[in-house]
Amino acid sequence: MRNIWTIAKREYDNYFSGPLAYVVAFAVLFLLGIYFALIMFFTSQSAAMGGPAPESTPLNWLFVFLMIFLSPALTMRLLSDEARMGTLELLLTAPIRDFELVAGKWLGALMFILTLAAATLVFPIILNNFVQPSIDWRLVISSYIGLILVCSALLGLGVGISAIFTNQFAAFFTTLGLFFFLWFMISLPAGLLQGGQGGEVFKYLSLSSHFTESMNNGTIKLGDIVYYLSLTALGLFTGTTAIEIRRWR
Amino acid sequence: MIKVSGLTKDYGARRAISNLNFDAQQGEIVGFLGPNGAGKTTTLRILTGYMPPTDGEAIVAGYDVVEESIEVRKRVGYLPETVPLYTDMVVFDYLKFMGDLRKIPNVESRVDEVLDMVGLTDRAEGYIGNLSKGMRQRIGLAQALLHRPEVLILDEPTIGLDPGQVVEVRELIREIGKERTVLLSTHLLNEAQNICDRVLIINQGKIVAEDTTENLQARLIGAERVVIRVRGEADDLAKTIQQVKGVQGVETKPDGAVEFEFSSGKDLRPEVAKKVIGSGYDLLELRPLGMSLEEIFLELTGPDNKKK
Repeated sequence: MRNIWTIAKREYDNYFSGPLAYVVAFAVLFLLGIYFALIMFFTSQSAAMGGPAPESTPLNWLFVFLMIFLSPALTMRLLSDEARMGTLELLLTAPIRDFELVAGKWLGALMFILTLAAATLVFPIILNNFVQPSIDWRLVISSYIGLILVCSALLGLGVGISAIFTNQFAAFFTTLGLFFFLWFMISLPAGLLQGGQGGEVFKYLSLSSHFTESMNNGTIKLGDIVYYLSLTALGLFTGTTAIEIRRWR
Repeated sequence: MIKVSGLTKDYGARRAISNLNFDAQQGEIVGFLGPNGAGKTTTLRILTGYMPPTDGEAIVAGYDVVEESIEVRKRVGYLPETVPLYTDMVVFDYLKFMGDLRKIPNVESRVDEVLDMVGLTDRAEGYIGNLSKGMRQRIGLAQALLHRPEVLILDEPTIGLDPGQVVEVRELIREIGKERTVLLSTHLLNEAQNICDRVLIINQGKIVAEDTTENLQARLIGAERVVIRVRGEADDLAKTIQQVKGVQGVETKPDGAVEFEFSSGKDLRPEVAKKVIGSGYDLLELRPLGMSLEEIFLELTGPDNKKK
């Protein structure tokens, strides 16, 4: 465990020594800020006519949606760049297990996302000042749990793919392609197979449904948690195997 | 401390090393000599637990490199050939990170210690990316020494260093080799001569010779080669030298020097000098050429050797 933490801490610090993390953080917070302003504007318009109270969950949806495109940039170089620079040789001859290396990289990236997610807490806090008696904090918590689980899965898969490649851009585009497929496309057959059991399977495999249709609406189901944790495990397992294969080559 | 038996490694269809057998004791510095592609790095990588062998067995510090890889890695300090470093990290932070991975207690003071050993204390706060190749080499060495390893494996440790640093690093290795086991690869014979107690010569994945440096030299160097330089025409000089009995392989070099050789044990330098001066030349230089590794290889693997 300590090894995982050592790797994660270096990776977390490393994000702040380059421009990429700042670009990602800026893009997310800027777009969320604009979206938040729009939500405030429209709900204040409709509130005059007795409309519903504003929610902060659409912001978390946008955060997750942006991560589909931005998280591949955060994970692309995690292991591919170590292989390219040769520093992987140092890590693979240090007394740490391959899994600890991969898990450490994933945790470092997750810690960065958590930092970014913590910064977005400012939006529900501001919102709370405008809503009487208060906004539904349980919904906010459920939404953030979902957000963390989705990001965990995305980063797990991203780290796994990064371990396969030596070129970080190959890792980036492969990861982006996979996320695009899992978010938008894998549930498409569900529409065609309506009613049958087959359709449910495809719907279950979709990256978006577990978040948008349950946790971001305040329902936490075991199946949804298992889904995201499974994807995380799959990603980390892929990464560990890829590192082991590198050793044998 | 190191015991290797029947070690074999294939890269696909190509056999990188084949059936290597050797050992190294505690307090011994063993040199691993060979040309590029001979299998030196492959062997060292197997011993450090970086990659498993295709066949055979290697025991390092009492543990099997495949079965107990983590235990081996705890006890081995490794300086890879290309000295991979995180160029965007500060020297101190990098060493601290490597020390944390090895769970060194009081890591910060230990980092200061090794930085002092390799003479980079004043660069501790600088970025690795801004350092010269020689300094990076020394950081790599510092990293290998951090955890006071029982076995030190160094792949080309003095490559890219300036002469002063080469002397320092060799001194450091010799110091470490008094108590610990050091296995280093090099393609410089004089380096092996200088620091190693024993030398293994590897070519095309096989050990072709194994002996102490003195024995190896005595056995291998059948002829001594000398370079001579005078004021005047090299071609005329070559003809003059040729007249001395026993001189062989006279060659004129483009820079005006002449090289020749004679069987070892029978030093012809005084006679050649007399002859040259007697012929009216101003002698500027008369110097023996050390036998290079390449020549030893020709000696060991070349066609002449096969005839014998």
